[in-house]
Formats: sequence, structure tokens, C-alpha cells
Amino acid sequence: MEKRYWNEYQKEIADDHYFYERSCIRQTFFPGSEAAFLRMMREVLHKDIYDEENAHTCTGIGYHSDFVPLETTMTVVARLFALMTAKGYTNYVPSCVTSFGIFSEMVEMWEHHPELLEKTRENLYKATGREFKIPENIAHPSDIIYKNREELKKSMKYQLVNRFTGKPLRVVEHVGCHYAKIFPEKGVGKSEFPYVLAGMIESWGGEVLDYPERRHCCGFGFRHYLLQENRGYSVANTKKKFESMEPYEPDFIVTNCPGCAMFMDKWQYTIAEMENKTFDKDGYGIPVLTYEEMAGLLLGYDPWQLGLQLHQVQSENLMNKIGIKYNPDEKYCGVDGKILPSPEKPRVLKQ
Amino acid sequence: MGNLYNLLMQDARFNDAMKACMNCGICTAICPAAEFFDYDPRRICDTVQRKNENDIEELLRSDMIWACGQCMSCRTRCPRGNTAGEIILILRKYAIQLGYVDSTIREQERRMAAAQGENILKTGYCVHPDLVDPDQHPEQGPIWKWYTKNIIDIAPKLGANYHGEGPGALRQIRQENLDEIRRIYEVTGGMEHHNRLLSEEE
Repeated sequence: MEKRYWNEYQKEIADDHYFYERSCIRQTFFPGSEAAFLRMMREVLHKDIYDEENAHTCTGIGYHSDFVPLETTMTVVARLFALMTAKGYTNYVPSCVTSFGIFSEMVEMWEHHPELLEKTRENLYKATGREFKIPENIAHPSDIIYKNREELKKSMKYQLVNRFTGKPLRVVEHVGCHYAKIFPEKGVGKSEFPYVLAGMIESWGGEVLDYPERRHCCGFGFRHYLLQENRGYSVANTKKKFESMEPYEPDFIVTNCPGCAMFMDKWQYTIAEMENKTFDKDGYGIPVLTYEEMAGLLLGYDPWQLGLQLHQVQSENLMNKIGIKYNPDEKYCGVDGKILPSPEKPRVLKQ
Repeated sequence: MGNLYNLLMQDARFNDAMKACMNCGICTAICPAAEFFDYDPRRICDTVQRKNENDIEELLRSDMIWACGQCMSCRTRCPRGNTAGEIILILRKYAIQLGYVDSTIREQERRMAAAQGENILKTGYCVHPDLVDPDQHPEQGPIWKWYTKNIIDIAPKLGANYHGEGPGALRQIRQENLDEIRRIYEVTGGMEHHNRLLSEEE
């Protein structure tokens, strides 16, 4: 009976032949994560995944910040689907969680309002001469990693285990709001029991922490972050989460949303500068990883190619706990080993 | 039933977002914006469903509709399947179209259209490292300053194709793609909306 019940919380995730669309925010802050995802898909899982160069923003940030109207976003989405259709793919994989929500919303609206679908087809054809098919499957890359977590584990060199104590690492998982809150049925575990990240953590040896504000938004808030004078909303929400998780002493945080990963990292620096406060015992902050970075580290990928040096909260203590080998001298090197000047150190956050 | 309620109903999202609110307030209980602002999604739903012309106009003119952070947590909890965050998008749309927004909000919307809105049309990205100026983003910290200063050397190490041709992160999106996005804006009313926001005086 239990198994049948849990089946209701599963979603269909295509098995192969994916059309990949990159994320504005992820490319900006975590380009190494997108590269690592494609590498895992091709080299470890041997999947066919197409990286489309003509893709572009879905306009989701503009849609939720009110400077791009619905009809425009809908037709821009249709153009992205037309690119997929032209390449012969039917399984759409958007790197961004906001995009994932946008695509899910547009497809649902087309299902409920066929006249909107017809209008969108007309608009797209009029504007570009293109035609599109609705994807048969839309899966977020975190869904695909979740689905293949046991297969990936076979190639992993490390586990989420503290090598000094032998105990599982204590992990906070943060699922982006637009992954499962807009359309609960589109997420693994729906919005009540999101399991997409927890499944990875448990399979790879870690312990998932439950804490009171586990499902609270990271605080992005669209117009609240984009406008400098509104950013108090964003940092206040993140601070609320940190205060809630602090007593549970997490070893690190993992997220599946590009924005959440960036905010939960950078706001730790901001809060430390503003209030001399860090949320770990030793003053280094709590590392925040993308799920691709977490998987990549365990697979033995170079942390500096994954881009961990781009995070404001440093990850060396975490890597030491796991036993990951890395070369500290290469951290601030550019391509071809070019030695770059080191970044300034923050006033409070230890590096 | 007033004209403003009829107007709201014209939006394709309205019927799915606004079914029947029973005023339980669970949306307000879970709402992050309600914690930090004088914002109450329950009151938004209730005001709209009462269909009182004056009250809806007051709502459209209020600061309250601009407090929502669009996380959509309200959607997960409403026992009647309403989505206050979606109603907010509709209210904001008509507040702009009817000229009901005050000068502060108008200026904020103009700034976002001039920044991220223009980014979309000129680069194909909402966000791009070239557009996140460390001086405007002190919260990004010293690592961001270091990355943006040395991005030509660092980006390829991360597998990015910074301003390059072909696929990859941070690639230059080709002009023919930008031309198609612009035509979509023109055909769908996006350009009219964009220009309306841009033309608002500071």
C-alpha cells in the first residue's frame, strides 16, 4: 500500500534524448555546473543531450517582475520549443528552475485554453515563420540526476561521509520554489515531500536535515532583488532560513535553483559584514553547492573546474571532511594555469 | 459587477487563479511577503471576489500589490485552489495599463525595463556577468569583483564560451535570434509594454 501511495508523488522523467536549454542565472554564476551536468550525462550516463546555441532567455524574470507581458513570454517559450522541434527532440530540459516553472505554466495554460495555443502558434509564425510541438516531457536537470542517482553512484569516488567521524554529512536541501510550488505534480515528491535533492543526498551517503523553515523561499522575490533598495526583503528571508537551520549544524547546503544557490551563498557574506554573524561555529559560513557541484565533487571532478572558487563561502573544509583531493595552488589560476591575483578577503567571513 | 472586475476577468489566467476564496487566511500564513510587509494575500483575494468597483480600484492603486515576491507558496496551500500570486500579476498588469501606479513604482518599473528588459532585447539574456556591476551589487562580495575582473581567464576553465561563437554558457547569442525575439515582442504587445515603461518620466 505504501508503495502505491508514494507512486502518486513520482513524476515522469524521460530516459534519453534531451534538448538542453541553459539558464541566464546559472550561466552567470555557475557556468561550471552546466558543464559538469553535460559531462555527467555524456561521459557517465552515456545519454544523448543537445546543447542549443540559438536558445535564449525564457523571459521568466521579466514575467514575474512585470516588465514582460504574458503573451510575449508565451511566444518566446514557443520559439524555444520550435528550436527543439527543428532539431527533432521531444524531451525539453531547462537548466533554470524559474524557466521550468514558466514552461510548465505555459503548457498548462495551452491545455486549458486551446485558443491561447492557437494564438501563440499564429504569433510565432507571424513573427518568425517558425512552428513548434509541445514537448512530450519537460524535466529539470535535477530530475534527471535524481532518476540516475544510483547509476551515478557506481562511478563516484567519494561519499557524503565525514571521513574523520565515519558519520553521514548533515545536509540542508533547498528546493527552488518554482520547481514544485507552481505545479506541485511536476516535482518529484510534489510540494509536500520534495524528494529530488533528498534522494540524491540519501543515495550518496548523507543525512538530510529537517528544520522548521526548510520550505521557506530563499527570498529572491524578483523585483525585490532586482531593485537595489528592495533587497532587504531578499536578505531577510534568507536570514530567517539560516537562523532556523543553524542549531542543526549543517555541513553544507545543496539547492536545485540557480538563484537560491547564489543568494544563500552571497547573503551569508552580506549578513557577516552587516552583523558580524556567521551561521556555523567556526566563522567560515555554510558552503552552498549546486546539485551538479555536489555530484561532480563525488565523481572526482576538479573543484576549480566545477567553479567552487566562485562561491563566496569557501568549500575547502567540506572537501577535507569528505577527503576530496584538490590542488590549492590552482584555485586562483585561469585557463592554461595562468596565475591570477587573489581576490580580496572579506572582513568577517573566514576564507 | 463593475468594469474593473470585468477587465480582470479578461486575463486568461484569472479563472484558474481566482476561484472562490473562503477567507481562511492560510495563504497569508505561509506568505514570505506577509511577514515583512503590510501585505495580506487573503485580503487581495477577498477584495477581488467581492467585485466592488471602488475597492478594486483602491487595490489597483495601492502599494500592497507590489509587495508579493512571486514565490507562489500561496498556491501550495489554498484549499480552494486559488493563487494569490497569479492574481497579483493580473492586478499589476492592469495597474500599469490604467496608469494607477504611483511615481515610485513607476520609476522602479522603468529602471527594470531599462536594465533587464533592455538586456533581453540586446543580448538575449535577462542576466549576464557583464551586466551585474559589482558597484551596484555590493552584496555579491569580493569574489564576484575578482571573477568579473578576470572573467576572460576564468570562464574557459569552467567550460564557458564567454562571448564565443557556437554553443555553451555565456556564448554570444547571434543577431538573427535577437531579431526574432524583437519581432515576437512587436507582434505580442511586448514592445508596446516595454516602451510604455521606458517612457515614464523619472
